[in-house]
Amino acid sequence: MEEQERILTEATSGEYKYGFITDIDTETIGKGLDENTVRMISAKKNEPEWMTDYRLKAFECWKEMTMPTWAHLDIPEIDYQDIIYYAAPKHKTGPKSMEEVDPELINTFNKLGIPLEEQMALAGVAVDAVMDSVSVKTTFKETLAEKGIIFCSFSEALQDYPELVKQYMGSVVPFNDNYFAALNAAVFSDGSFCYIPKGVRCPMELSTYFRINAANTGQFERTLIVADEGSYVSYLEGCTAPRRDENQLHAAVVEIVVNKDAEVKYSTVQNWYPGDKNGVGGIYNFVTKRGICKGENAKLSWTQVETGSAITWKYPSCVLLGDNSVGEFYSVALTNNYQQADTGTKMIHIGKNTRSRIVSKGISAGKSQNSYRGLVKVAKKAHNARNFSQCDSLLIGDKCGAHTFPYVEVNNKSSVVEHEATTSKIGEDQLFYCNQRGISTENAVGLIVNGYAKEVLNKLPMEFAVEAQKLLSLSLEGSVG
Amino acid sequence: MLTINNLHATVGDKEILKGINLEVNEGEVHAIMGPNGSGKSTLASVLAGNDKFEVTEGSVIFNGKNLLDMSIEERACEGIFLGFQYPVEIPGVSMANFLKHAVDEQRKCRGEEPLGAADFLKLMREKAKVVEIESKLTNRAVNEGFSGGEKKKNEIFQMAMLDPKLAILDETDSGLDIDALRVVATGVTKLKRPDNATIVITHYQRLLDYIVPDYVHVLYNGKIIKTAGRDIALELEEKGYDWLIKDYR
Repeated sequence: MEEQERILTEATSGEYKYGFITDIDTETIGKGLDENTVRMISAKKNEPEWMTDYRLKAFECWKEMTMPTWAHLDIPEIDYQDIIYYAAPKHKTGPKSMEEVDPELINTFNKLGIPLEEQMALAGVAVDAVMDSVSVKTTFKETLAEKGIIFCSFSEALQDYPELVKQYMGSVVPFNDNYFAALNAAVFSDGSFCYIPKGVRCPMELSTYFRINAANTGQFERTLIVADEGSYVSYLEGCTAPRRDENQLHAAVVEIVVNKDAEVKYSTVQNWYPGDKNGVGGIYNFVTKRGICKGENAKLSWTQVETGSAITWKYPSCVLLGDNSVGEFYSVALTNNYQQADTGTKMIHIGKNTRSRIVSKGISAGKSQNSYRGLVKVAKKAHNARNFSQCDSLLIGDKCGAHTFPYVEVNNKSSVVEHEATTSKIGEDQLFYCNQRGISTENAVGLIVNGYAKEVLNKLPMEFAVEAQKLLSLSLEGSVG
Repeated sequence: MLTINNLHATVGDKEILKGINLEVNEGEVHAIMGPNGSGKSTLASVLAGNDKFEVTEGSVIFNGKNLLDMSIEERACEGIFLGFQYPVEIPGVSMANFLKHAVDEQRKCRGEEPLGAADFLKLMREKAKVVEIESKLTNRAVNEGFSGGEKKKNEIFQMAMLDPKLAILDETDSGLDIDALRVVATGVTKLKRPDNATIVITHYQRLLDYIVPDYVHVLYNGKIIKTAGRDIALELEEKGYDWLIKDYR
C-alpha cells in the first residue's frame, strides 16, 4: 500500500517530458515508397525470397486500398511519399554515462520508478557502460533457452527460424486485412518473435527483458507470438517511460496464436509523444492487434494502458475459434489536451462455450476526444457463447468528449451478450471533499482517476501496475484548475 | 480561535448569508440551529472554502490568519475540518489510501515527514475505536456502498485521524438511528479537548444531549437571531421556531 501512496504524491510539474533525441548515426534510404523501396528493405535485411514476395504482394494490395475513415478521428492528411521507410541505427554516439543524460529525463524516470539499469538503456547510454543490464540480459537468455523458448527480434527469427515465421506470419492478420496492416506487411522494419513450446510455462514476465532490448523498434513494428499447446506466457510491450520518436506515423501489427490449453497475457503501456498542449506534433499510432484462440480452452488476455500519441487507432481483438476458449480485453485509454483516441476490441465467438470479457475505461481531459469502439460477434455455431462488456467513461472538465460505439452481432440463440456503460465526471463535490481533507487538486485527480481505473491496472504485471498508476497521474498534470 | 465578522455570502445572485457574527474560542462547543434554508450549511461550506459560494462582505479570522485568503486545502492544513452532511463517494480509492494522502499532505504543510506505513496503520486502528468502526471499513472505497450510518461514522473517524483545531459538523446526526447517533456523538465528545473547538449544525436537540454545547445560535434568513445556552434547544424542540422568527419575517 505504501507503494501506492507514494505514487501520487510524486506527481508534480507540467507537460509530457521527453528529451529522447540522441544523435544516432543512421543508415537510411531516401524518402518515398515504391516497389523498389520494398525490395531494398527486404534486401538490407537479407530476407528469404518468400518474405520479399510477401512484402511485394502486400504493397500491391496497399496501393489499391484507401485509408479508413470510419473512426471518430480527425486525421490530417498523411503524405506517404514524404516518409523514410528504412533507417538502421549504425552505431550509437549516445551519452557515455548517466552524468551526461538530460537531468529532466532522469527526473521523469525517477518519478516513474524505473530501475537504474533500465534508465541507462532507455536513455541511450552506450551499451558497454550498461554493464548490469547486459548481464541481466544474458541471464534471461540462458533461462529462456533452457526451456526452449524462442524470443528474438523479427529479423533474427527470419534468419534462424524461417519455417516457424512462415507458418504463422499473416495467419491472424493477413496482409490485406486493412490499410495499415498492408502498409506494415510491405515495409515493416523489425519487431519481436516469441515462441513458447508445448507445455512450457515461461518462467518470467517477458517484460523487463523486452524493455531493455526493444526500446527502439522503429515505426513499422511487427510482433508474432506463438504459444504452443498447454504453454503460458505473459508479455509486456512498451514502456511507461516517455518515448519521443521523430517518425510521426506508426503502424504496427501484432499477431498472437494461442493453441489448445495455452494462455497468453499481452500487456501494453503506450506513452508515445502526444503532441504539445496546443496539439502540435505527436505520434499517429495505427495499430492492428489480433490473436486467435485456435484450440480448446485457449485463453488470450489483452491489457492496455494508453496515455500517449496524438492519434490512437487500435483494437486488440480475439478470435475465439477453439471450444471453451476465453478472450479478455482490459483497457484504460487516457486522452488530454488535443489527443484523439479511437480504441476498443473485437471479440469473435466461433467455438462453443466461448467466453469473452471487455472492461474499457476511458478518461478524457482537456480538449481531447476519446472513443470506445467494440464489436462482439457470435457466429452461428457458437453455442452458449457469453460476453460481458463494461464501458465506462470519465470526463475531466467540460471541453472534452467521450464516445461509445458498441457493435453486437449475435447469430446464435443460446448465447448471452451483456453490455453495461457509464459516463461520469470528476465532480466538483469529489474535489471539494478531497481538498477539504487537505489533498491538493492535482493529487485528488490522480487518486480519483486511479481509483476509477483500478480494475484494469490490477491486471497488469505488478511492477508495471505501479508505474502505470504514476503515469496516469503524470499525464493529467495541469488538466484541472 | 475563530472570529467571523459581518459575513455575507451569495450563490449566483442570491444572498444567503447576510451578516454573520460569531466568536469561537478554544475548548468551546457551539451549536447552530435553525429552520431549513436559513443558511446553516452555507456557513459551513463558506468556512471550508467551497467556491460555489462567493463572499461579498465581512471577514473571517482563524488563529490570527485571514481564512478567506486561503485555498480549501490550506484551510484544512490550518486545522479546519468539515464533517459533510452528504459525504461523497470516490469509487476504487480505499479509505486507507485516501486518509494516507490527507494525513501526509497535512503533515507536509506543517513541515513534518510523511507517516510511515506501520505508524499510519497503528493510528488508524486506534482512531477506529473512537467511532466503533470495524477496521475492515478502511479497506473499502471511500463511502462507496456505505450505509447512512457508516458514512457519518466515517466522517467522525476522519476527524479523529486528522485531529483538527476546529471541526464543523454539518448535520452529522441527520439520518442516524439512536444507536448510531450515540456512537457518533460520543465519538465527537471523546475528541474534545481544551485546545480545540467544535461547531455542530443540527436540527434536533437530541444530539445536544450527548454533545453539550456552551452556546446555541439560532440562524434564520442568513443571520444569527439569537444566542443562548443549551436550554434554548429544548425550548425549540417543544415550541418550534415560529415564536422566535416571527419578528424577522
